[in-house]
Amino acid sequence: MREDTKTITFAAIVCVTCSLLLSGTAAVLKGLQDANIAFDIQRNIVKAFGVSIEGATRESIQTTFKQKIAELVVDAATGKVIDGMTVDQIPSADLDAKTKLPLYTWTDDGKITKYAFPVSGKGLWSMLYGYLSLDADLETVAGISFYKHGETPGLGAEIEKDWFQSQFKGKHIYKDGKPLAFAVAKGSADKLPEEQKMRTVDGISGATLTGKGVQKLINTDAALYSSYFNSIRGK
Amino acid sequence: MASAAKKLLMDPFSDNNPITVQVLGVCSALAVTVKVETAIVMALALTSVVALSNFVISLLRNMIPSGIRMIVEMAVVATLVIIADQLLRAFLFDISKQLSVFVGLIITNCIVMGRAEAFALQNPPKESFLDGIGNGVGYGIVLVTVASIREILGFGKWLSFKVLPDSYMGNGLALLAPGAFIILGLLIWAQRTVTKKVEE
Repeated sequence: MREDTKTITFAAIVCVTCSLLLSGTAAVLKGLQDANIAFDIQRNIVKAFGVSIEGATRESIQTTFKQKIAELVVDAATGKVIDGMTVDQIPSADLDAKTKLPLYTWTDDGKITKYAFPVSGKGLWSMLYGYLSLDADLETVAGISFYKHGETPGLGAEIEKDWFQSQFKGKHIYKDGKPLAFAVAKGSADKLPEEQKMRTVDGISGATLTGKGVQKLINTDAALYSSYFNSIRGK
Repeated sequence: MASAAKKLLMDPFSDNNPITVQVLGVCSALAVTVKVETAIVMALALTSVVALSNFVISLLRNMIPSGIRMIVEMAVVATLVIIADQLLRAFLFDISKQLSVFVGLIITNCIVMGRAEAFALQNPPKESFLDGIGNGVGYGIVLVTVASIREILGFGKWLSFKVLPDSYMGNGLALLAPGAFIILGLLIWAQRTVTKKVEE
C-alpha cells in the first residue's frame, strides 16, 4: 500500500511539473509564433500579387502589405461582400467549408488594380494551400503562390518553385463572366491551340497527380468567387 | 578531459554510432535529409532532447517507482520535445515548416528512449548528459553526411550554395526516400567495414 501511494504521488508530481513547463512555454512563445504564421500568410499574399519577395526584409513586406493590400469577406452563397467583417473574424468552420471567402485587393494610386484569393485542395499526398491573384480585367492571372504542401521534394514540391508559378501569369481563368476550364498539362502546354494554351500551364514531369490537384483546386475556387467578380465587373 | 568522459562523448561518433552501428533513429534519418540545413537543425533538436532527457532521467533514477518507469521517461521526453518544437516554431519558423511533424516524432525516436533505458538509469547525471550529447552528435554526423550526398546529387547544391554547374540535372532518386535508403545502406556498410563490427 505504501508503495502505491509513493507511485501515485510521484506520477502526480511529474504530471504537474510537465504540464506547468509546457503551458509556460506555450504562453511565452505564443505571441512570436502567431506573428510568424501571420507574417507567412502576408508574405505569400504579397508574392501572389506578383511582387518579388526574394531577399525582401520582414519589415518591407509588412509595409507593402499595410500600404497596398486591403481585405474583404465575400459570402459564397450570394457573392456579396459582408460589411464590417475581416478575414480574422471568419469562423474556422466557414473558412473550411468555403462558405465565407477571404478576398484581398491591391491598390495603386487609389485604384484597385489586382484581386487575390486563397486556393486550396488536395494534391497527391497532402493539402495544397496558396493564393491566386487576378488583374483588374478579372480574367487574367497576375500571380500565384503556394505556401503549404507536403508533396514529394523534387517532384510535386516543384509547385513552390518560381518556374512553375511564374507561368500562371497571363493565363486566363475567367472569360465573359464564366470560369474557364483551367488545366495543368501533362508535359508542355506550348503545342496546344491558342484557345487551350491561354488557360493551360506546363505540368511537372513525375508529378501528374499533383498537377491534377492544382488544376482541380483552381477550377473549384475560381467557380466560388465567380459570382462576386461578376457583381463588380463593369463597375 | 578525463578519458572516461571523452570515451562517453566520442564513442557514439563512430565506433558505437546510433544510426550506422545500432541502426536506431533511421526513420528521421530518411525523412529530414533532403537538405543539409534541415538535417543540421534536426540534429541540434535531437541532441538537446537526448542530452536533457538523459540528464533529467538520471537525476530521477533513484526515485522513479519501477512500476511507472517507462511512463515517466516518456513524459520527460515528450515534454522536452514539445518545448523544442515550440522554440523552433517561434524562432526558426521556415525551417520548422520544412521539418513539419518530424520534430514531434523525436518522441518516438529510438535513440532517446534507448539512451534513457540503457544509460541514464544506471549512471550519474553528468555522464548521462555527455552520453546524450555524444549520441546526438553521432546521429547528427550521419544525418548531415546523408543530407550532403542527397542535396549535392539531387540539387547540385550544398547548404543552398551551388557546388555543381548549372548544366547538372538534379537526380530525382536522391531526393526520394529510396535514395536515402541506398545512401544510408552504403554508409552502414562503409562504417562496418572500417570498424570491423560484425552482427552477432
